[in-house]
Amino acid sequence: MPRVVFTANLQRHVSCPPSVVPGRTVREALDAVFASNERARGYVLDDQGELRTNMAVFVDGEMLRDRRGLSDAVGESAEIHVMQALSGG
Amino acid sequence: MTARRLWAATRKGLFLVEEGAGGFRIAATRFLGDHATMVLADRRDGAVYAALEHGHFGAKLHRSDDRGGTFREIAAPKYPTQPEGEVEAKNWTTGQPIQWKLRKVWSLETAGDDRPGALWAGTIPGGLFLSKDRGASWEIVEPLWRHPDRKRWFGGGEPEPGIHSIVVDPRNSRRVFVAVSCGGVWLTEDGGETWTCRADGMRAEYMPPEQQRDPVIQDPHRMVACAAAPDVLWCQHHNGVFRSTDGAKSWQEITQVNPSVFGFAVGVHPRDPDLAWLVPAIKDEKRIPVDGKVVVARTRDGAKTFDILRNGLPQEHAYDLVFRHGLDVHPDGDAVAVGSTTGSLWITGDRGETWQTVSEHLPPVYCVRWE
Repeated sequence: MPRVVFTANLQRHVSCPPSVVPGRTVREALDAVFASNERARGYVLDDQGELRTNMAVFVDGEMLRDRRGLSDAVGESAEIHVMQALSGG
Repeated sequence: MTARRLWAATRKGLFLVEEGAGGFRIAATRFLGDHATMVLADRRDGAVYAALEHGHFGAKLHRSDDRGGTFREIAAPKYPTQPEGEVEAKNWTTGQPIQWKLRKVWSLETAGDDRPGALWAGTIPGGLFLSKDRGASWEIVEPLWRHPDRKRWFGGGEPEPGIHSIVVDPRNSRRVFVAVSCGGVWLTEDGGETWTCRADGMRAEYMPPEQQRDPVIQDPHRMVACAAAPDVLWCQHHNGVFRSTDGAKSWQEITQVNPSVFGFAVGVHPRDPDLAWLVPAIKDEKRIPVDGKVVVARTRDGAKTFDILRNGLPQEHAYDLVFRHGLDVHPDGDAVAVGSTTGSLWITGDRGETWQTVSEHLPPVYCVRWE
């Protein structure tokens, strides 16, 4: 099952330990994490369920392509990193 | 007398200011380092609400049930699902259609003494939300959001339109005014089911001549009402100062404000509708105090004349700008707080005759609110 890791900067606001969850797409994997951590959903995704503008997701080192639908496929042993985009230098 | 307490929401957190023997001083900080856009002290139940805007993680709301000792996160307003193909107004700077996504909680008000726990929130882009449960959940006010004229609103200081002023009529909590930059003033008399634009008399020099009197494109920067005489409303507009004495059926322009008619903030005495405070600045592409002197303009006769108050305010090379929520009048009508973009915070206890400098080194101040 894929492993989801969240940026350390998010931990100050809401605890998000690394999670191993079922899912064949980024959406499915994140939904699985947020099912038991609903507060974290609003920090990563916006009102419309899309990746927040200044957030970034990498699947095995590749940047997410579908920021709206989060439909990028993830493999059985994928590493999903939820990061924040750099801002202000 | 209970010591007066003030909250300041700044670019880098909340500051609690308390009155003591030596005057007002900063007593505590909360959310230090985080961008606080709004704060509300609910006088009905003592709760304190804080709106934060995390650059990466979005806009959030927190509530304290112990007068600001501790806060916990509550629900943030959530826009409805945007229908595919919905034609939206354009973001003023990007030219892209506005998305139905919460960018900022720009105003928070209690919804009336007869509705304990109920709150209004005004947001960017252009949303009005109601919570009936102290912020545990929020619902968008659909009739205003779906109003055809809502899509004529446009951004001013912010790239997208926003609701920054919410005035609940103390005689009837179903009667609510909101002011929009840029979208005029709107009134509901049935708790939000129907809305009418109430900006007749306002004027917008920044628009082509044929649109300058259009109520729906006006840019009120801040609107307040006298609690004891709520048909009297004061508005600091992008174009100048306006006042209504008939519940916003009509607005009269006030041109004799010295040293200038431009500004963002306005406050009115809770019992005397003729007593109001403004913080003038050079309009509008400069936005600095006239001659580098910070002054407060006060009228005590319904805008016939204005006093220029400067005792205790910086009078040399001061470039403080006071944003729309940067002035608040205490319920006692004597204390007024003013916070600036350059991190100054001044408080008067005598209606502006003398001012105490609480700090000149705060982060940029967006909002000051008395408990």
